[in-house]
Amino acid sequence: MGEFVMPSLGADMDAGTLTEWLKHPGDAIKRGDVIAVVETQKGAIEIEAFEEGVLDRPLVELGTKVPVGTPLAFIRTAGAPAPSPVPSEIKLPETPATKPVAPPIAVSVAPPAIGRRVSPAARKIAAEHGLSLEGLKGTGPGGAIISTDLPQAARAAEPRAAKKPGIDLGEMRKAIAAAMARSKREIPHYYLSHPIDLTTAQQWLADINAGREPPERILLAALLSKAVALALHAFPEMNGFYQDGAFRPSRPIHLGTAIAIRGGGLVAPAIRDADTLTLDGLMAALRDLVARTRAGRLRSSELFDPTITVSSLGERGVERLYGVIYPPQVAIIGFGTPAPLPRVVDGKVEPRLMMTATLAADHRVSDGHRGALFLLEIERRLQQPDTL
Amino acid sequence: MTREDIRTAVLEGLSNIAPETDPTSIGDAADLREALDIDSMDFLNFVIALHKRLQVAIPEVDYPKLLTIGGAVDYLDAKLA
Amino acid sequence: MNEIAPARIKTTYREAVRAAIRDALTADPKAFLMGEDVGHYGGCYAVSKGLLAEFGPERIRDTPLSESAFVGAGIGAALNGMRPIVEVMTVNFSLLALDQILNNAATLLHMSGGQFNVPLVIRMATGAGRQLAAQHSHSLEGWYAHIPGLKVLAPATIEDARGMLLGALKDPNPVLIFEHVMLYNMEGEIAADAGAVETGKAAIRRPGRDVTLITYGGSLAKAMAAAETLAKERIEAEVIDLRTLRPLDTATIIGSVARTRRAVVVDEGWKTGSLAAEVTATIMEQAFWELDAPVARVCSAEVPIPYPRHLEQAALPQPESIAAAARATLGR
Repeated sequence: MGEFVMPSLGADMDAGTLTEWLKHPGDAIKRGDVIAVVETQKGAIEIEAFEEGVLDRPLVELGTKVPVGTPLAFIRTAGAPAPSPVPSEIKLPETPATKPVAPPIAVSVAPPAIGRRVSPAARKIAAEHGLSLEGLKGTGPGGAIISTDLPQAARAAEPRAAKKPGIDLGEMRKAIAAAMARSKREIPHYYLSHPIDLTTAQQWLADINAGREPPERILLAALLSKAVALALHAFPEMNGFYQDGAFRPSRPIHLGTAIAIRGGGLVAPAIRDADTLTLDGLMAALRDLVARTRAGRLRSSELFDPTITVSSLGERGVERLYGVIYPPQVAIIGFGTPAPLPRVVDGKVEPRLMMTATLAADHRVSDGHRGALFLLEIERRLQQPDTL
Repeated sequence: MTREDIRTAVLEGLSNIAPETDPTSIGDAADLREALDIDSMDFLNFVIALHKRLQVAIPEVDYPKLLTIGGAVDYLDAKLA
Repeated sequence: MNEIAPARIKTTYREAVRAAIRDALTADPKAFLMGEDVGHYGGCYAVSKGLLAEFGPERIRDTPLSESAFVGAGIGAALNGMRPIVEVMTVNFSLLALDQILNNAATLLHMSGGQFNVPLVIRMATGAGRQLAAQHSHSLEGWYAHIPGLKVLAPATIEDARGMLLGALKDPNPVLIFEHVMLYNMEGEIAADAGAVETGKAAIRRPGRDVTLITYGGSLAKAMAAAETLAKERIEAEVIDLRTLRPLDTATIIGSVARTRRAVVVDEGWKTGSLAAEVTATIMEQAFWELDAPVARVCSAEVPIPYPRHLEQAALPQPESIAAAARATLGR
């Protein structure tokens, strides 16, 4: 005897409504037969059987919304006897007119599988952080979603946040979804873009690295990060957090560094106090951070205290990226992939190594004019790589 | 050191920087950056590992020669010869 | 003797109550003890043994077997400026004096427009576990905690047994002290100079972060044992000893539950209409949005407490049932 269950028709589906039976108890079922119709967020879907047999009694009434995985009916193996709880030959005794009254004993009954259970605490935290509960698995009583089931980003402020070794890509996707949805919902972004000539910086790096063994070599990413960190000194309105209706600038500059995870996902752990590090120190910090990200061994502080984010597309990307601010931060810098392009220098067209820098910033905190000056300051510093 | 030893070093270096991938499954001529989804930091770590293990100088200008497994083996073989 | 007194002394809950009575009678000539068999017999739980010889029959007074009469006498004495300590053998018998306690002691201050207060202390034993059967084993302190005008204390530790009486005697209101029968033989160490303790505040007897066990009196030790069991399963239970049942220290309860997000209320009274129900309702009113699980209650079975030992034990909250309820709040 097999169960015919409410199937999952996508990760975002957690329940469906049984709207029609196309087979009836006693009907023979072949693999692939359409048995029922279920109403989901994606519309009415016909549900097929995955085994042979005879449709036994339905377990769910038409019109009932049930969670994914709820048995809808039993499918009896062909030839197996119908499980009849009341043998027909045997007459039940007459129901006595009066029954002894059962003592009122408190019995804990398993909760009926209706809707989905979310604890008050989880509801509150989700509401405060603008989190969706879609797709979350509950670990509380009766499978309820509880506060600790919420994505880690939401529980950053919670003392109970559990730390797991390694990276759970599913959890990470949830956290990204929650943070980015909140960002786009709450933060009025403005966007600026500016081409930066990296020819000088690139040549300077090549010269430096030519005299160095591989472990001491510096990547362009470190140079870019240092330029941002130093430029921030003059633009405190880009560095800090917007919380509880007000901007709180941060004195320390913890540079969130977006690092893509192979197989999908992204984290932006912080290079802490990036403005105080030497270029070599920053490069070492970056290497360390990437290595630990790959190994899934980031520290919680690195994950939760970036004051601004830098996202570089690296060598194999496209010209320009439009960042989404990671709340409660107020700005994100995007660096596109550098490419040789024609550019007018001193009245002549020359091939130059060009990179498009973008800024997405929170309009509640700063305006486009200041944002533009900030990008120009980053450009200015990158023209003098020896001062970084 | 035989070419096979060098090849082993290259493959192990790649496994270390991209542990989720299987470098033996990609062809000798495939671009490592594409095939293994590695970025400049990963590539630098790969170069550092080869440098340490094989004690060869690998200047930046030679990086393009290391972008395939076959190219890397050829390059290192020539350096060690 | 010039020796410095040791910092801590070994004693029992029973001796601590006796020492408190002795202190009270020594400190205040208006204080006296009154009740059935408190004098020559030394009290049915031997709390006042020896005090008759020490203080004489004027201040350690045996009374007739009429709870209504001697509680009423206590109220009269209190109204007239005395500081009576009335012992009622068990809470079961206090029902004979319920009219005096509720209709007189608790109301006179209000009905006299604040002219007369009743600084009466009533001590009584409560609870089950000694195979004394249904008429001697119930936990009715929750009923008294229902009544405005009374204060209700439940010392669960030797320190509190030693210290709560002294504070109660200073209170201008009638105060009821419930001493669980299973606690009298409890041994332990207290400071040699232990004295009055603050009442009105609950105590966190064991800190934890995963679930709050809220209890009082005779169930405290069981909750502590449950917490110990849970700790081996990596569940850190916080144990709150309510200490004062009226007025409840809701701040401590809510503060703890807001941290742990889960609560199990342990009460030897019956579940229906219990003090546990009051605590649970308070949590729902004030900490609903902090909860990750329904509040659980572990109470006595809804039967008159049975006489046979195995049935009596089965009817009461036990460490196992408390631990099981705590696990359930964690979905385990």
